Amino acid sequence: MSHAITRGTTGLTLRLVLVAVVLGAWEAGVRHFEIAPYILPPPSSIFAGLWRGLQSGIYIKHAGVTLAETFMGFTLGTMLAFILGTAVALSRRVEYFLYPFIVMFQAMPKVALAPLIVVWFGLGLTSKVINAALVAFFPLMVNTIVGLRSADEDRVNLLRSLAASRWQIFWMLQLPNAMPYIFAGLEIAMIFALIGAIVAEFVGAEQGLGVLIQSMNFNLDVAGQFGVLLILSVIGLILNGLITRLRRRVLFWDAPRATNTSLRKEPGT
Amino acid sequence: MHGTVEARGRSPAEPRPLASSTEQIAVRNLSLRYGDGADAVHALTDIDFAVRDGEFVSIVGPSGCGKSTLLRILAGLMPPTQGQALLAGSAITGPRRDIGVVFQSPVLFPWRTVLANAEVPVHVQGLNRKAMRARALDLLKLVGLEGFEGRYPRELSGGMQQRVSLVRALIHDPALLLMDEPFGALDAMTRETMHIELQRIWMERRKTIVFITHSIAEAVFLADRVLVMTPRPGKIGAVLNIELPRPRALDVVNTEGFGIYVRQIRAALNATGGAL
Ligand SMILES: Nc1ncnc2c1ncn2[C@@H]1O[C@H](COP(=O)(O)OP(=O)(O)OP(=O)(O)O)[C@@H](O)[C@H]1O
Ligand SMILES: [Mg+2]
Repeated sequence: MSHAITRGTTGLTLRLVLVAVVLGAWEAGVRHFEIAPYILPPPSSIFAGLWRGLQSGIYIKHAGVTLAETFMGFTLGTMLAFILGTAVALSRRVEYFLYPFIVMFQAMPKVALAPLIVVWFGLGLTSKVINAALVAFFPLMVNTIVGLRSADEDRVNLLRSLAASRWQIFWMLQLPNAMPYIFAGLEIAMIFALIGAIVAEFVGAEQGLGVLIQSMNFNLDVAGQFGVLLILSVIGLILNGLITRLRRRVLFWDAPRATNTSLRKEPGT
Repeated sequence: MHGTVEARGRSPAEPRPLASSTEQIAVRNLSLRYGDGADAVHALTDIDFAVRDGEFVSIVGPSGCGKSTLLRILAGLMPPTQGQALLAGSAITGPRRDIGVVFQSPVLFPWRTVLANAEVPVHVQGLNRKAMRARALDLLKLVGLEGFEGRYPRELSGGMQQRVSLVRALIHDPALLLMDEPFGALDAMTRETMHIELQRIWMERRKTIVFITHSIAEAVFLADRVLVMTPRPGKIGAVLNIELPRPRALDVVNTEGFGIYVRQIRAALNATGGAL
């Protein structure tokens, strides 16, 4: 694809036109084939539903709950992941004893633990935060370990030749060297935390977008569900954008790669 | 005539003040083996030489003969498998603060500016930052990097990066400089400037320098003594005293004496089957 098209206002207009065409075809298709609204609602009623939900404040309230769970889970999970990952990367002994647990947990789909966690920690905020933290934990821990371990041997030797202490090697070399890996891990962890929160809400909760989706599903309000999905992807985009911004500031020296990975990651998230 | 090529262990031509106080580096029967069993690589066998305090010694040898390995041992980065390496009379057991190392590649930190990279030893060893800042700027100017202090390594050419690593090795004014093909990535003209500057720094501050190179002419131009290594397993094949007067100017390479040294070293390399 040529860069002249993907850049600038012509490109933007083309993109918007394409979106409008798809929505128009969807609307026309649903009307023409008279598809029942509880199977596939037309875009017009999705947007109408979204508008009503936003005005009544019901979306905002539930989105706020889910966001809070996601942020708390993300913070808790990534902090633990960073601390544990650092301990594993720096100490053979810690690695030796934690390794069986890490292998076991890594292979397990963490969302499958959600029912247990809801049983243990109840229908409130705690179980959602813990589930989000659990799901967000692994990508960052693995990336922290790999990043800290990937310090170039020549650079380690250079610092050692100056009689640097182990901590100096950590602060001056290993940690900055791990930053690209850590940010890649944070990007994944942020979206994973959102997934963890929603899944835990599905299993059992009183508030949150997951609860909203389930009750709308129960009431055959498919248009409403689409509205929530839209809100969720906007939230996902914003969360991802926050990390990408932070990454650009911290990893200014890694600039060429930073822009590339953020583009490549988009479809996956 | 000009110095003689001696086969190790036969001729007493090389003055070797055993255990003398002027002996800065002493390497005795040193061997190094990478790995064990069938996969073992014998990088160095029975290396034996000494470097006097304030002496400039060059080591030439074919690729893979263990020059970088020897330098890593002298820097205290790895212990020898056999034998000893002594620094000022005591065995080298680990890295020391008063050694400056220039590695074969620049080894810069991409998140540090040129200036901050040059100041790495200052940070590691907790030296006076203010005094060292002035010194860093002076040295950067000396190697032609004035105006690049705030740039990041990825904005520099390979030769410029190598010059930053040279400044970094010099900044804490170490008594001993270990240099592993430091000018390999430089163009001929910058290289010549660096030769003159290195000679000047060495003459002014009387450092002990061990300088590894692939270039016979570079070795002769810079050194008091050239050690010629054999192909792997590396040994010292010949030692040559370079008795050209100092300071040497660039056109010394056109003199007859210089040419004789170069031919002698080439002959020594060929004799051991290690043509460069
Ligand atoms: N970490 C290592 N593990 C195993 N073998 C090694 C290692 N480092 C070097 N060697 C081997 O030891 C030998 C000497 O390597 P060294 O790097 O010291 O050579 P060199 O003389 O510096 O070569 P060059 O002139 O190409 O830089 C080589 O044969 C190399 O394959
Ligand atoms: Mg080498």
